[in-house]
Amino acid sequence: MTLRTPFSDFLLISLFPISLIFDLFKGFMDHHPASSSGPRQADQIPAELLVKIDEAVTHYPVSKRSASLPLLHLWQNHFGFIDESGVSWIAQRLELEPINILELVTFYPWFRQEAPGKAIIRICRTLSCAMAGSYELREKFCHAVGVDPAADHHHGLPTSADGKYSIEFVECLASCGSAPVCLVNDDLHEDVTEADVAKILSQYAS
Amino acid sequence: MKSLLLPPHAKERRVVFENAWTQGYTPDIECYEKHGGYAELKKALGMKPEEIVDEVKKANLRGRGGAGFPCGVKWGFIKRDDGKAHYLVCNGDESEPGTFKDRYILHNDPHQLIEGMAIAAYALNVHLAYIYIRCEFPKAAEIVTRALQEARAKGYLGKNILGSGFDVDMHVHQGAAAYICGEETSMIESLEGKRPYPRIKPPYFPAVLGLYMSPTIVNNVETLCHIKQILKIGSAEYSKMGTPGDGGTRVMCVSGDVVRPGPYEIPAGGVTLGELIYDVCGGLKPGRTLKAIIPGGSSAKVLRAGETFKTKIKGPDGEMIDKEIPLLDLVMDAASLAAAGTMIGSGGVMVMDDTRDMLWALNNLNQFYAHESCGQCTPCREGSLWMNKMTTRMMAGDGIAQDPATLQNVADNIAGRTVCAFGEACSWPVQSFLAKFPEAFAVKLK
Repeated sequence: MTLRTPFSDFLLISLFPISLIFDLFKGFMDHHPASSSGPRQADQIPAELLVKIDEAVTHYPVSKRSASLPLLHLWQNHFGFIDESGVSWIAQRLELEPINILELVTFYPWFRQEAPGKAIIRICRTLSCAMAGSYELREKFCHAVGVDPAADHHHGLPTSADGKYSIEFVECLASCGSAPVCLVNDDLHEDVTEADVAKILSQYAS
Repeated sequence: MKSLLLPPHAKERRVVFENAWTQGYTPDIECYEKHGGYAELKKALGMKPEEIVDEVKKANLRGRGGAGFPCGVKWGFIKRDDGKAHYLVCNGDESEPGTFKDRYILHNDPHQLIEGMAIAAYALNVHLAYIYIRCEFPKAAEIVTRALQEARAKGYLGKNILGSGFDVDMHVHQGAAAYICGEETSMIESLEGKRPYPRIKPPYFPAVLGLYMSPTIVNNVETLCHIKQILKIGSAEYSKMGTPGDGGTRVMCVSGDVVRPGPYEIPAGGVTLGELIYDVCGGLKPGRTLKAIIPGGSSAKVLRAGETFKTKIKGPDGEMIDKEIPLLDLVMDAASLAAAGTMIGSGGVMVMDDTRDMLWALNNLNQFYAHESCGQCTPCREGSLWMNKMTTRMMAGDGIAQDPATLQNVADNIAGRTVCAFGEACSWPVQSFLAKFPEAFAVKLK
């Protein structure tokens, strides 16, 4: 059994640089997207969104918690992403703890904690699309808008400098018969060739 | 989808796809009613619920989502009068790589699904149902939501539907891009607003302890459309379209290296694998030869061109005799593919020709499973990542001599050791690619 004395505790504390603790905390704050400055989303909920939220909750008469995903979708569709205030607001609306909502935001690939580009280009990565050239297609999209193709899409959406386009590789979009495909905002583009890239980009330029 | 705009191939029989590809057909309710829509719901409300369950049993309908469980048997687990609330969940999370059929029903013919669901709800004493649609089909969610409003306005949904005294309503619930939610217990957790970790069976069979711990039936989109068709055609005629254990038609989704990829609705057992690829889909691209086929979605075990399968068939005197069947003569139904050691699954046939590197193909699938493992069970969470890392480094030319054996070992230790079938889904490709294409793994070693 290790003997613990006040002196050994003092040693431990004094050997651990306090500045490191501060740096760790600072790093956490920097990488915590929900802490980014700017107005809180929860302070800017328009009346139409509230109506939609109330309507969605009525679809789940047995358990309000079931409305978590629908509310997150409504929130993200309106604000573009979900900030910390959004997590808390939704939790409160459904009589849950914020962690019940945050664990969904971090689990599901669809939800974001930072603003994306105006157009989100989701290129299918999985086998049939890959066989039809989706890797080359993604490279072409990346080069066309100036996004680094090596950027890791698991750490935030790679977005063009002008904020117009985000480019993401996604798993099977269930349209393997017209591969390769990409989903741009709500529109599915099928049998996409590298020659189509410029046309697709211009369609979502404004 | 170009292939659907062509007239049906002689081997095709469009039943659930009948309307969706008719020239000028639109997803609104007036158009559906003009094409005989909701006639079977009216018929069903005049039948005893048990008669409907019986019809579905006699039709030999197997689930079209991948597992292929007999639908009537599943429905039989629900005790109508147990005093509990019952739920019906439509699985529209279509995400198995290689599968693309439900998207056309959801976008082009939503009322067929709603009618099938209303019939199922009546048969199973369900008053509240959900249609779980993957969020990558944003337009489908809009179209189905609008269709539900139309159906409510016309009295097909809501209180006292068509004056029958029976109440049922249903809502769209969008997923959020997680493949695991296609697993039925995961879908239920997702619907309950929780992290979608699958539940362990037993005890959590949905028909016993499903949504809100109540008896729940989860059926695939295509399966529910077949319910309407069974009532329309009658179980006797319907089951005759397929094979004895696999009734009706199946939408086979063919993708990869064929001339005419697409979804083709064909009676179960109505074509061989060879006819499907070379006849229905126009064969391979000029100058290419066949290398591999994944016959039932990416989780199904891969088959190698030229291989043969020892199966037993019933001889003329009723005795079972051994017969060797070449790959391309395999009949496309549940039993034949099971006899060949793989599965018809969700009907997603992926074809690869001689230009494809099988290590590359497996690495692509490993990346998919590594991304989609929900992380609940250690063998799958860690194993799917290891398998992906190993094939990725082999692709980069950094593989070591032990890698194929280690891959095998990891895969063997996932299957059967997880809460849900994802464990099998991610290890079967690795096991089968290693067994069928060992040469692909030897070349990329240091």
